[in-house]
Amino acid sequence: MDFEAVIGLETHVQLKTHSKMWCGCANSFGADPNTHVCPVCLGLPGVLPVANEEALRLTALTGLLLNGTISPFAKFDRKNYFYPDVPKNYQVTQYDKPSTSGGWVEFEFQGGLARVHITRAHLEEDVGKNFHFDRESGVDFNRAGVPLLEIVSEPDITSAEMACDYLNALKQILIYGGVSDCDMEKGMVRCDVNVSVRPKGEKKLGAKIEIKNMNSFSGVRRALEHEIPRQIAVLRSGGTLSQETRRWDDTVGVTESMRSKENAHDYRYFSEPDLMPFVPDAAWLESVRARVVELPLTRKRRFMKDYQLPAPDAETFVNDVPLGDYFEDVARQGVQPKALANWVINNLRARMTESNTRLEDLKFPPTGIPELIALVDAGTISSKIAQDVFRHMFESGESPAGIVESRQMGQVSDTSAIEQFCDEVIAANPKSAEDFRSGKAAALNFLKGQVMKASKGKANPALVGDLLASKLNS
Amino acid sequence: MLNQLTIAELSSKLNSGTVSSREAAQACLDQIERVDGRLNAFISHDPADLLAQADAADRFRQEQGGNQGRPLLGIPIAVKDVIAVRGHPLNCGSKILGSYVSPYDATVIEKLRSAGALLFGRVNMDEFAMGSSTENSAFGVSRNPWDLDRTPGGSSGGSAVAVAADECLAGLGSDTGGSVRQPAAFCGCVGLKPSYGRVSRYGLVAYASSLDQIGPLTKSVRDAALMLEVISGADSKDSTCVPREVPKFTEGLNGSIRGMRLGVPREYMVGGLDPQVADAVRAALSELEKQGAEITEISLPHTEYAVATYYIVATAEASANLARFDGIRYGLRVDGADPAELYSRTRGAGFGTEVKRRVILGTYVLSSGYYDAYYLRAQKVRTLIRKDFAEAFERVDAIVTPTTPTAAFRIGEKSDDPLQMYLSDIYTLSCNLAGICGVSVPCGFTTNPRLPIGLQLLGKPFGEETLLRIANAYEQATGWHAAKPELS
Repeated sequence: MDFEAVIGLETHVQLKTHSKMWCGCANSFGADPNTHVCPVCLGLPGVLPVANEEALRLTALTGLLLNGTISPFAKFDRKNYFYPDVPKNYQVTQYDKPSTSGGWVEFEFQGGLARVHITRAHLEEDVGKNFHFDRESGVDFNRAGVPLLEIVSEPDITSAEMACDYLNALKQILIYGGVSDCDMEKGMVRCDVNVSVRPKGEKKLGAKIEIKNMNSFSGVRRALEHEIPRQIAVLRSGGTLSQETRRWDDTVGVTESMRSKENAHDYRYFSEPDLMPFVPDAAWLESVRARVVELPLTRKRRFMKDYQLPAPDAETFVNDVPLGDYFEDVARQGVQPKALANWVINNLRARMTESNTRLEDLKFPPTGIPELIALVDAGTISSKIAQDVFRHMFESGESPAGIVESRQMGQVSDTSAIEQFCDEVIAANPKSAEDFRSGKAAALNFLKGQVMKASKGKANPALVGDLLASKLNS
Repeated sequence: MLNQLTIAELSSKLNSGTVSSREAAQACLDQIERVDGRLNAFISHDPADLLAQADAADRFRQEQGGNQGRPLLGIPIAVKDVIAVRGHPLNCGSKILGSYVSPYDATVIEKLRSAGALLFGRVNMDEFAMGSSTENSAFGVSRNPWDLDRTPGGSSGGSAVAVAADECLAGLGSDTGGSVRQPAAFCGCVGLKPSYGRVSRYGLVAYASSLDQIGPLTKSVRDAALMLEVISGADSKDSTCVPREVPKFTEGLNGSIRGMRLGVPREYMVGGLDPQVADAVRAALSELEKQGAEITEISLPHTEYAVATYYIVATAEASANLARFDGIRYGLRVDGADPAELYSRTRGAGFGTEVKRRVILGTYVLSSGYYDAYYLRAQKVRTLIRKDFAEAFERVDAIVTPTTPTAAFRIGEKSDDPLQMYLSDIYTLSCNLAGICGVSVPCGFTTNPRLPIGLQLLGKPFGEETLLRIANAYEQATGWHAAKPELS
C-alpha cells in the first residue's frame, strides 16, 4: 500500500518594527541580556499593554500579500501557560478573531505552480529566551514582547521538499513586503509542523503529529524526511498512531515524543481585557493597501513575459528589486530588453558591487546604457570596446559617444586603413595565407585576429573578414 | 487638628498661609502614632519621606507665592498597597511579593504628584483586593474605628480606616466589586468608584482587569470630586482608559437637584437587608425628595445573577492576572527541582486562602469543557446586567440603593463562610459589571452599636457630574459625613 503525507505549517515571523508589541523597548537582536526591557515587557505588577500600530499594519499588510482578507473586527486573547520565559505566564495572541484570514501562497514547484492555502495570519507577542548554565538557569527578556506574526497554512503540503519551497516562497514575500527581515540566524522565523500520513486515495486524515523545535528550513525538511517514513513504518507494521506533540532533535536527527493528546495543554483562552478590540477604519485600511507590493512570483513572470527575459535574468531582477526597477525604467526608452538586461546584470551590477555604489549614486544618466547599445548596434564600436566605454562612463558619467570621440575608440571602417593592415598581416604570415588558399578556412580567423590586434581592436571585424578574404582569393 | 480637616478646608488654610504642609503632615503622623497600633490601617509608612515631601510643598508655595494651580499642594494622601509608587514597597496585602519595590509610578500617582499631593504609606487591604473585610491581608486585619471588634470592610479597608480615623486627608483605593464603596460605608466616609475607563489603571495591580477602577476615599463629596478631577483622563499607557474630556467636577457640585429623577430598584430592598439600613435609606430618599428630586421605583431584573456573574468574570481574569507571581523574576521564591515545583511551592506559600480559592475558581471556569457553561454564560449575563442599567438610565438620572445590606460585621463573623462574605457586596457588584459610576456617602448610623450606614448612588457611564451633585446636595443637607469616631 502507498502512503501519502499531509502537512500543514505554523510559521512564526518577527515583525520589522522599531519597538516591541506593547511598549517602547527596542525590537532589536543581539544586545546584552535584559537590556531592552521595561516594566511592561517584564510583566511587572500593575503594567498594561498598548498595541503597536505598525505591528497591526504589518499584520494586515501580510493578509493582503497572502491574498487573504483583513478582519473588520479583530481582538487579542490571553493564552495561559506557565513557563519561565513568559513574563506574565500568559501570552497575548489572537485566538478566535485574528487580524487576517484566508489566502494562499503560490510558488514554483517541480516545474509547475503549487498553491498552499493560508488559514490565518495573526499577531501575538514573542517570549523571552531561557539559558541553562552549569548549576542554574537564566532568562533573557529582550525578545519578550517582540511582535510575532503566526501564519498558519492549510494542510496542503505533501512532501518535505514542498514544505521547504513553501517556506522559501513565504519568506521572500514577507521580505518583499517589508514585513520582516526573516533573518534565520537571528531566529526571526520559526516553524511548527503538523504532519500525518494516510493510504493514498483515502479521504480521512491520519493522526495529527505536531513537531516543534525546528529553527531552520533545512531542519523542517530533515524533520519531515525523518517523520514521514517513521509514521508510514508504524502503520505498515500494523501499529497505530495517535495525536501527539513531538520534538525535533537536530543533532541526532530524530523526532521524539513530548506529550500525548491526553497531556495536551489547556490554554484557557479568553479575551484580553486590557486591550480594546481593533476595528480598522477605511482610511487605515487604505494606508495599508498603499503599501502592497508586487509579489516575487508575479514580478518574475511579468519580467519574463513583458521583456522576454530568460528565467535567470528575471530572477535576478526579483531578488534585487531596485536593480529590476532600474532595468524597467531604462527598458521603457525602447531599447532591446535582452541586451539591456545583459548590460545591467553583467556590467552595471558587477561594477556597482566592486565599487560599492548605489543606484541613486550613479554618475551617468539612464540614457547611458541605451546610447552604448546603439553605438554597438551601429557598428561604431565593437562589443569588446563597449566594455571599456562602459567602464569610463561608470567612472566619469561622460556620455558613450563623448568617450568614443575623445579617446578615439571608434571602430575603423575606413577601407583603405584596414586594407593597409590586411596587407601587412598577409605579408607577415605567408604560411597562414597559404593555408587559407589551400582550403583551411580556419586560417582566416587567425589572420583576422592579427589585423584586429594591429588595429588595437578598433577595426570593424566584419569589414576585416571581407577584405582579407577578397585579398587572399584574388 | 489639621489631620481632621477635609482637603478643601486644609487647602484654604494652606493658601491663607496660616498653617504649613509640614504641620498637616506631622498631624497625620501623630495621629498614626496615636491610633494605628489599634487600627492597623498602615502596612508601612515612611515619616521622614512624608515630611520631606511636605517641606518641598511648603517651599514651592513660598517661592511661587501660592499653589500655582496645584489643587492638592501639600495634602497628605494615603495609598492602597495595590497601586505602584516608585521606590515604595508594593505588596498588595500579600506575602508573595516579598521585598518587592516598584520601579515606576502608577499614572494616578504621577497625576497626584503633579497636583502637589503628598503621597505616603502603604495602606492595608485584602490580599490582591480579594475580600470585603481586610481579613485576607497578610499584614493583619484592619479594625473599624467605630468599633474595633468589627471589620472596616474591604478590600480598601485600610484606606477607609485611615480616612475615617484622620490618619490622612484622603485615600486612594481600588474598586472591583465594591472595594471602595463598601469600606467607605462601613467606616463613615465617602467612597467613589469612577466609570470604567475614567481613570487610568496603569500601575494598579490587576485583580479583574475589566472591572477594576481606582477611586478616592474622602471626608466629603467635594473632596471626592476634587480627587476625581485630578486622577481622571486619557492615558497613553492604558488602552481601556477613555479619551474624553474631564469635567470640572468641583464646579458642578452646588447645583440644585430639583426635578432629578431617582430610581430605587425594587430588587434591592428585599431579604437580607438590615431594617436599620433600610430605614436610613428611606430617610435619605425623603431628604432627596424634599430637595425636589422625583423618586420612582425601577427594576433591574438580572440583579439576582450579579454575584454569580461577578465571581466567574472576576476570578477568570484574576487567574491570569495573578499568574505572573511565580517566583521567577521578583518577590518570594521557594525553590523546587524544576520550574513546576518552584511555581507550586512559591504560590502555595505566597498566596492566602481566598486568593487560592479565586485562582482555582477562575482557572476552572475557563477550562476546556467548562468555558461555555461558566465563562461564556457569565459574559452573556453581564451584557444583560449592563442592559438593565442602560434601560433604567433612560428613565432616571441616578439610582439610589443601600451600599451594603448591613453595617460593619464582626471580625471573624464571615471569614469561614465565603458565600456570606460574597453576599455582603450584592449592592455594589453590578456597578462594576455594568461599567457605570457609583458613590457611597454616609447616611446615618445604626443604634447599639453605633455604626455608619452608607447610601449608594449609581450613575450613568461617565455621569459622575450628576452623581456628585446629588451626593453633595444630600451631604450638605444632612451632615452625616462630619461625624467622627471616638478613638480615646
